[in-house]
Amino acid sequence: MSRTLLEIDGLTRRFGGLVAVDALGFTVAEHEIVGLLGPNGSGKTTVLNLLSGVLRPDAGRIAFRGHAIAGLPAHRIARLGMARTFQLVRPLASLSCHDNVRTGLAFGRRRAWGAAADAEAGRLLDRVGLGGVRGSLPGELTYIDQKRLELARALALQPDLLLLDEWLAGLNPTELDAGIELVRSLNGQGITILLVEHVMDAIRSLCHRCVVMNAGRLIAAGLPAEVLADREVVRAYLGEDDNDRGGGHA
Amino acid sequence: MTVRDGLIGVVCLAGVALLAGLPFVVADYGLSLAINIMSYTVLATAWSLFSGPTRYVSLATVAFFGIGAYTTAVFVEALAWPLVLLIAMAVGSVVASLVGLATLRLSGVYFVIFSFGLAELVRQLVTWFEVNKTRTLGRYVFADITAAQIYWQLLALAVLVFAIGFLIGRSRLGLALRAIGDDETVARHSGIDVTRAKVALFVLSTVFMTLTGAIMAPRWTYIDPAIAFNPVVSFTVLIMALLGGVHRLYGPVLGVVPLALLFEYLLARFPNHFSIMVGLVFIVIVYLIPRGVVGLVEDTVRQRTAAKGAA
Repeated sequence: MSRTLLEIDGLTRRFGGLVAVDALGFTVAEHEIVGLLGPNGSGKTTVLNLLSGVLRPDAGRIAFRGHAIAGLPAHRIARLGMARTFQLVRPLASLSCHDNVRTGLAFGRRRAWGAAADAEAGRLLDRVGLGGVRGSLPGELTYIDQKRLELARALALQPDLLLLDEWLAGLNPTELDAGIELVRSLNGQGITILLVEHVMDAIRSLCHRCVVMNAGRLIAAGLPAEVLADREVVRAYLGEDDNDRGGGHA
Repeated sequence: MTVRDGLIGVVCLAGVALLAGLPFVVADYGLSLAINIMSYTVLATAWSLFSGPTRYVSLATVAFFGIGAYTTAVFVEALAWPLVLLIAMAVGSVVASLVGLATLRLSGVYFVIFSFGLAELVRQLVTWFEVNKTRTLGRYVFADITAAQIYWQLLALAVLVFAIGFLIGRSRLGLALRAIGDDETVARHSGIDVTRAKVALFVLSTVFMTLTGAIMAPRWTYIDPAIAFNPVVSFTVLIMALLGGVHRLYGPVLGVVPLALLFEYLLARFPNHFSIMVGLVFIVIVYLIPRGVVGLVEDTVRQRTAAKGAA
C-alpha cells in the first residue's frame, strides 16, 4: 500500500440546524482514484468545498501531504497541490482559453510566466483536446469543451490531488468514453483523483475504491463492486428498483 | 516589440509633448479648463484601474482626493513641495491599506455603501478636528505655484498612471485581477491571493487620487471640508469612467473630455439647475451606454465584422 496523501478525520460542517457533513473520516492514498458517492444532498460537494477551502469546517482534521489544511484559505491549499473542478462549469468568461490556463500556471506551484507559461498552457490545452481553440472565449465552446477547459486550468496547478465534481456528468456515450480515458491517463501520470460522480459506468471502470455518504455520514467504504452491492448503499443511493441489478453485479 | 508597438509609443510621446506645450498657447480660461480635464483624467483612470477589473464600485474617490488636499493645506508653507507630495502619498497609502484590508472582503453593494460612508467619515473627522482643535473651519493655501506648474504636475501624474496601468495589464497582477473580476472563487482556486491583489491595487489607485488632491489644493487658495470632500467629485469620476469604458486603459479619458466640457457648459449656462442636469446625464449614460464609449465602438465593429462574415 502506498503512502497516504489525504487524511480526513471527524470532519463536520453545519448549516444552521442541518449537519451537512457529520464526523466524516476517510483516507486517500497516493495514485488512487477514489469515488465519493451518495444520493443528492448527502454532502459530497460540501466535502469538496471543505477540502478545497471554500468552506471552513466546524470541527475535524484534514491532512494533505502532511499539512493540516482545515480552514486554510483556498489559494494556499491550491498552491500545496490540490486542484478542483466545479459541478457547474465555471470558466473565467472574459479570458481566452489560453489565459484561463495561464491563470493556474501563474499562481499555482510553478509560478510560471512569460514564454515558458505560454508553451505550457498550449501543451495543457492539447492534453485535454482543446489545442485548436486557444484564442476562443469559453462562451464560444460547447459544454464538454468548457469542462475540458476547466480540467486544463486545474492541471495547470500541477496538482498531486485532483478533485472532480461530477466532471463526467452530462456527456454522451462517446464523450464519456473519452472522458474516462482522459481521467485514467491523468492518474497514470501520477495524479491522485477524488471524484464525486453519479455515472455508474465511470465509477465501476475508474475507481479503485469508493466511499459512500448518506445524510452527511459515511455509510460504506471499499471496492466499487462491494460498496455498490451493500444493502444500506443500495437503499440510500440506488433506490429499491435497482436492488436486483446492484446485487447482480456483486 | 513590434513596429505597431513602436508606432503607438511614438504617437504617445508626441501627444504628451503637445500637451506639455499647451500652457504657452492658451489663455487663463483655457488653462483652467485643461487643469480640470487633466485632474479628472488622472482620477477617472486611477478609479478604473481598480474598479474596472475588480468591479468594485468605489465612491471613496473624494476621501483620498480630500486627504491629499488637506495634506497640502497643512504642510505647504512649512515644507518643501516634494516632501508635501511624499507625505500625501504616505497618508493616502496608510488609509487605503487599512480600508482595503477591512472592506475588500465585502462584496458588491456593501462595498459601495462603505466607500461612500468613508468619504463622509473622513470629512466629519476633519471637521471635528478643525472645529475643536484648530478652532477654525477653513484653511488658506498659500503656495508659490503657478497654474502652469499645476498643469504640468497633473500631466506627469497622468503619464504615470497610464504607464502603470499599461504595465499592470501585462503583469501577473493584471491577470489575477481579470480572473478575480470574472469569478472570485475560481481565482482563489487557481492559487490567487485575492485579498492581497485587491488591496495592492486599491492602494495603488488611491495614491493617484491623493496626489491629485494634493496638487490641486493650491488652485483653491481657500479650502474647508465641504470643498475638499465634496461627494460630487466621487460621482463625477464614476460617471466619467463609465461613459468612457472601464475595461480599457484609455477608456475613462474618452468619458472625461466630453463630460468635463459638458459640465463646464451646464455650470455656466444653468448654474441653478446644475445638479438636476448632472443627474439626468448620469441616468442617460447608465441607461444607454452601460459598457461605455469603448464598449459601444467595439460592439459595433464586432457586429460589422460578423455581418461581413455572414454575407
